[in-house]
Amino acid sequence: MDTRVERIRSEAKRLLESGEVDLVIGFRKGSIPMVSRPWFVRTVEDTELLHWDGFCSLNLCNYLTKRKEKVAVVAKGCDTRSLVGHIQENQIQREQVLVLGVPCEGMLDRRALQERAEGTEILEVVESDGRVEIRGRGLERSFPRQEVLQHCCRICRHRNPVLHDRLLSAEVEEHQVERYEDVEEIDSQSPEERWAYFQNMLSPCIRCYACRNVCPHCYCTECFVDCSRPQWVGKSLDLNDVFTFHLFRAFHMAGRCTDCGSCERACPVGIPLRVLTRKLEKVVSERWGFEAGTDLEQLPPLATYRPDDPQDFIK
Amino acid sequence: MSARRVGREALKGFITGLMEDGRTVWGPQEFQGSVRFRPLKKNGTPVLDVPNATLSPKEVVFPPSEWMFLFSTDPGREDAFVLKEVPQEGPEQVILGIRPCDARAFQILDRVFLEQGAHEDPYYRSKRDRTLLIGLGCNTPCSTCFCHWTGGGPFHTEGLDVLMTDLGDVYLLEPVTERGRALLDALQLDEAGADEVERGKHIAEEARASMGEAKDPRRIKEKDLMALFGSPFWERAHEACVKCGVCTYLCPTCSCFDIQDEVRGACGFRGRNWDTCMFALTTLHASGHNPRPTGKERFRQRFMHKLKYFQDDFGDVMCVGCGRCVQYCPANIDIREIIEALSA
Ligand code: SF4
Ligand code: SF4
Ligand code: SF4
Ligand code: SF4
Ligand code: SF4
Repeated sequence: MDTRVERIRSEAKRLLESGEVDLVIGFRKGSIPMVSRPWFVRTVEDTELLHWDGFCSLNLCNYLTKRKEKVAVVAKGCDTRSLVGHIQENQIQREQVLVLGVPCEGMLDRRALQERAEGTEILEVVESDGRVEIRGRGLERSFPRQEVLQHCCRICRHRNPVLHDRLLSAEVEEHQVERYEDVEEIDSQSPEERWAYFQNMLSPCIRCYACRNVCPHCYCTECFVDCSRPQWVGKSLDLNDVFTFHLFRAFHMAGRCTDCGSCERACPVGIPLRVLTRKLEKVVSERWGFEAGTDLEQLPPLATYRPDDPQDFIK
Repeated sequence: MSARRVGREALKGFITGLMEDGRTVWGPQEFQGSVRFRPLKKNGTPVLDVPNATLSPKEVVFPPSEWMFLFSTDPGREDAFVLKEVPQEGPEQVILGIRPCDARAFQILDRVFLEQGAHEDPYYRSKRDRTLLIGLGCNTPCSTCFCHWTGGGPFHTEGLDVLMTDLGDVYLLEPVTERGRALLDALQLDEAGADEVERGKHIAEEARASMGEAKDPRRIKEKDLMALFGSPFWERAHEACVKCGVCTYLCPTCSCFDIQDEVRGACGFRGRNWDTCMFALTTLHASGHNPRPTGKERFRQRFMHKLKYFQDDFGDVMCVGCGRCVQYCPANIDIREIIEALSA
């Protein structure tokens, strides 16, 4: 068994037995290949199902918002960054959460794997030694892990938990990868080309709001799209309203989004939403030198004011 | 019933034939990151060699967003704020390549929109009446497919006008309804050979046999409603669900919508958009009270509606086993497990 799985189970067991926490949130194996299920453990017995693999991509910080009990959470780099945001935004207290940090080798891209299966359904995925093997009826192919990582994981600079109480395996090497190649490519286009690009990108949207709802940072009591007095945005598939929704949502993520990729992964129609959030991430980083969720002590730019803030955008 | 045949290479010609008389032909097509039913262009081909589309062709008869009324907000006009119906006529249409589960889902939608007491839904009615379904049987059901649990199967014809079977080199076309037969007759297609009909039967049997044991959600009908409603089961079952709504937006049988008025300039529109019980807003009262205040109640509503209330009201579950909710749920909520738990 993966030693990380053993560590997760034994830590969870110890924490529950000693009463240090009331609840451990981690993952168990999913009922189908390529998705692991968030698992809420309150008894020692249930720790036996805790699991870890390349499909534990859902951001578990989703389940921490406004929790009252003492909780341990199994967290990879991006989950801990979202947790930092949550603590800064008072959605949970640091003392309430015990972070079981798992240095992350990057999560696997389900869509990319499925594409490589050439029309055959993937029934099993086996991960070993930096390789990933897919199996199905008459299908057996393997790839270097690096090739089938989610895009957000390929360009991740914080695979190691930024905050942890226990570290469940050795830290992994971090890479200062280039994060904005696609964003810069879009930036370099003319306004007309960009308009066409975004129209095309957003035209399949069905306004299901899954992108919003799976985001740990979207926890407002009333989302602006749901507000009816005043009504900020129309609700049909009129492209103007679809744009408004997406641009507002992205702006609400400025300096908060940790690029965990949840939105893009959840979008049933495959819209590459992260180009919007990463554009804002880039601006925030260039102007304020701020990287969301990496430092508990550093106040988020949207929550601070400094007389020397660059203000050249005010025309 | 006389079966017909269309060679794989002659599919384009067959579709062109369908388009004659101004018919719109909807078929599964790549639409950026997904496969959706879209009107085929002249000489366009549908993608038929993939498993079921991301969204069911429900959107053909019940679009994610549609206008029902128009009105003027100009107080100077005599008809200010008078609602006028948006004309509902449209071309005859064919949905080509709809899977048997999704065709059965149309029958479930029929019950909701057309067979509930005195009121019919005119928007659904108009589109439904001019739509013919040419279904494609499923040679290789996915592991997430469970149509056979819900009374269907990979080659079930319920709801279809024509059943199409992929024989490899040839598509076999078997009429199911009179309308389907008339359509095939008008197209003057070649008769299929008896051996081809046999091959089709064999493929259908193999497909069905590959699907494993079926559990029967109909047992849930026998259960006491209040006992299921009040069961402690929901406390934990909903925990992993992030209430993203994907399951219901992709479901071919979900039929909830939200009515909205919108105004641009002096022109007003009243339309409806898909909605879901997974959202708190759906049941939020103007007073601020919400009868489904937490995720638990919303999650329970989805499954109770599908598996219990609908069964009690209409005799069938409101699920055709297409498996989309299982495939696309980011938290791996698997309705098959819920069915087993509720029928236990
Ligand atoms: S998840 Fe995708 S389809 Fe749904 S609202 Fe977001 S972008 Fe649109
Ligand atoms: S898709 Fe899954 S997580 Fe999303 S609302 Fe449905 S059951 Fe919940
Ligand atoms: S509930 Fe799930 S499996 Fe059943 S019809 Fe809807 S999407 Fe398909
Ligand atoms: S399950 Fe929910 S969204 Fe679907 S039809 Fe029922 S109430 Fe509506
Ligand atoms: S659920 Fe049945 S009918 Fe639907 S795609 Fe799968 S095998 Fe075909």
